Amino acid sequence: MDVLGKLALYALALLAALLAAAKAHDGLFAAHAWVVALACLVAIVVTVRNSDKPSADDGAKYLDGVVRYGTIATLFWGIAGFLVGVIIALQLAYPILNFDWPWTNFGRLRPLHTSAVVFAFGGNALLCTSFYVVQRTCQARLALGNTAWFVFWGYQLFIVLAATGYLMGITQSKEYAEPEWYVDLWLTIVWVAYLLVFMGTLFKRKEPHIYVANWFYLAFIVTVAMLHIVNNLSVPVSIFGSKSYSLFAGVQDALTQWWYGHNAVGFFLTAGFLGMMYYFMPKQAGRPVYSYRLSILHFWSLIFLYIWAGPHHLHYTALPDWAQTLGMVFSIMLWMPSWGGMINGLMTLSGAWDKLRTDPVIRMMVLALAFYGMSTFEGPMMSIKAVNSLSHYTDWTIGHVHSGALGWVGMISFAAIYYLAPKLWNRDRLYSLRLINWHFWLATLGIVIYAAVLWVAGITQGLMWREYDANGFLVYSFAESVQAVHWAYVARAFGGFLYLAGALVMAWNIYQTIRGKTRDEAAMDILAAPAE
Amino acid sequence: MAKFTHAMIEKNATLLMVLSLAVVSIGGIIEIAPLFYLQNTIEKVEGMRPYSPLELKGRNIYVREGCYLCHSQMIRPFRDEVERYGHYSLAAESMYDHPFQWGSKRTGPDLARVGGRYSDEWHVEHLTNPQSVVPESIMPRYAFLKETPLRTDDIAAHLKANRTVGVPYSDEMIENAEADIKAQANADDDGADAVATRYPKAQVRDFDGNPSQLTEMDALVAYLQMLGTLVDFSVYQADQNYR
Repeated sequence: MDVLGKLALYALALLAALLAAAKAHDGLFAAHAWVVALACLVAIVVTVRNSDKPSADDGAKYLDGVVRYGTIATLFWGIAGFLVGVIIALQLAYPILNFDWPWTNFGRLRPLHTSAVVFAFGGNALLCTSFYVVQRTCQARLALGNTAWFVFWGYQLFIVLAATGYLMGITQSKEYAEPEWYVDLWLTIVWVAYLLVFMGTLFKRKEPHIYVANWFYLAFIVTVAMLHIVNNLSVPVSIFGSKSYSLFAGVQDALTQWWYGHNAVGFFLTAGFLGMMYYFMPKQAGRPVYSYRLSILHFWSLIFLYIWAGPHHLHYTALPDWAQTLGMVFSIMLWMPSWGGMINGLMTLSGAWDKLRTDPVIRMMVLALAFYGMSTFEGPMMSIKAVNSLSHYTDWTIGHVHSGALGWVGMISFAAIYYLAPKLWNRDRLYSLRLINWHFWLATLGIVIYAAVLWVAGITQGLMWREYDANGFLVYSFAESVQAVHWAYVARAFGGFLYLAGALVMAWNIYQTIRGKTRDEAAMDILAAPAE
Repeated sequence: MAKFTHAMIEKNATLLMVLSLAVVSIGGIIEIAPLFYLQNTIEKVEGMRPYSPLELKGRNIYVREGCYLCHSQMIRPFRDEVERYGHYSLAAESMYDHPFQWGSKRTGPDLARVGGRYSDEWHVEHLTNPQSVVPESIMPRYAFLKETPLRTDDIAAHLKANRTVGVPYSDEMIENAEADIKAQANADDDGADAVATRYPKAQVRDFDGNPSQLTEMDALVAYLQMLGTLVDFSVYQADQNYR
């Protein structure tokens, strides 16, 4: 699209945003309209300023600018999301930190944290790695011209609208699907464009076979589209208003939400990141994927089984028993493809295990897979109704989510970025391998503390709530169970802080790599030098 | 005809996409769709009605502030939960909840039947400064609700949107929505009786201790005070509702 066409489009969008602001049914909607108007203004200014500059990717074999931006966005949102996580962890330990402002209360910051890590950090990691991987494995430039740039910036606008909305109190209250109807519509447009770019690139491929990483990325994109559209069906109070009412009610709404919610885990946080694993793990190890047959089995069984697991979030609720039982049975079956994938990844290192000593990126990948294996065992276990009766509603669930999110999603993303950074910016190597080692240990220690204290806290809560004395009376008031886990909330915040510190080390390392610096340091394998 | 192999899927992006979508559709269709037509999904009960306008406004504040992130509204059928919180929750009790508020975490206690358990004064004090009534509490303060006037002019549109998604609000309810919202927070209002007629069991009084102003605190406390109070369990027959 030429510059004038672009400017006309932005001007039109600006006009629409101003109109929406003027006609707004409520102040919150008006505020969001102003955010969009500001985004349009920025887009206009940037377009005019860059109108005569040629793009670095013009004529290049691959469109990598968007991957570079995505890498930086991943780091930025990751640190923002981890930081908010540490803040809300501290709020649970010290409620004074809610500061008595509506905008900083836990109830508004918690969706900010979850969306920032899942959709902003995880989403950008998926966007940029999928764009990188699909081009390399298809030997083709991204399809549809600059549409990938629209996907990237459109997605950032979605994040900004979601985040500012949470702070102002705009939410549908559906966990991980909190943004209101108009933000959902915008994300749908962006997502369809993403699917078109991805499919278009597959169509252009010069390789006869579609590489396995792309199966996972494609299943992730398609399934998330389905989940997003169905779970967000709602009727707005006004087309110029921020509030809507879900199309579904009560029990139907609950299962639709957890069908969505569990598969946000299954497809956003698992299938997509498995795509990442299937490309970067063999690349970094310099070995082919362990088993092609296992990949096929892994892929189809994983995507088929995951979708059924949602009801395990609703055990012993008013959801009919037959649905709970189905959810439990499929959740347990899901253990098998999950571990099949883990084995396929780990065994890729066959013949290259020595790299664990010398390559901290490989070490991160192995740890990611170990945590993947751990949390995909813990998940099916917690979906057993007898276990769930104790664990549900407690902090055990929070610990479980974080061993998956910090351990698996976080670590595999960090590893992918460490792999990508020197290639994207044409550097010989990363600024420092030893800083990766620091990052590795800070993050690992952080996750272990986080998960372990919340196991203890969760089981403590579950047992205290059901404790009876000899006379048949409940022993503890609810408030006593809150007091009992205070220490764990403090320790959890410390674990999260270590994880955040690791990410900051990473940001420094990547920043220096982009600047083209290399750190003067001893080689990593000296650590493992045999004793004299 | 060529023998079907996985390589055919790997070489055809459209086929891969269509098959993936088909495979991921099955579970949801089998688990969710029946909930919409199986008659026994929602129990037969006496007493359920749509939220009164003031309660609905309060519920929206509950949603806005993210209360559901720390408080469930779903009592499981266990001895300890039933003793601590009351009769286990029924699907029927959230049949007009768009969206549901069952929650997934109990950082604070379940609220499915908090209605009528505490006085209005307790709720106002607790929301203003939770630690003043529950020293161990880690709940944030919501004092600003007392200072925030409740918006009432848009309530008819809220009821209409609810009717569109299936809540049985009558024309009369929608016409009187704005009057009802004010009347429910003021027992001396001429329309006070009409609110209780249109919405059986609706509690009519000033909730926030400040009769001179209709605030968000009024709405939130009105909502909390009706939670779990609608269904008449004296006539509920559990054995008729096995699912």
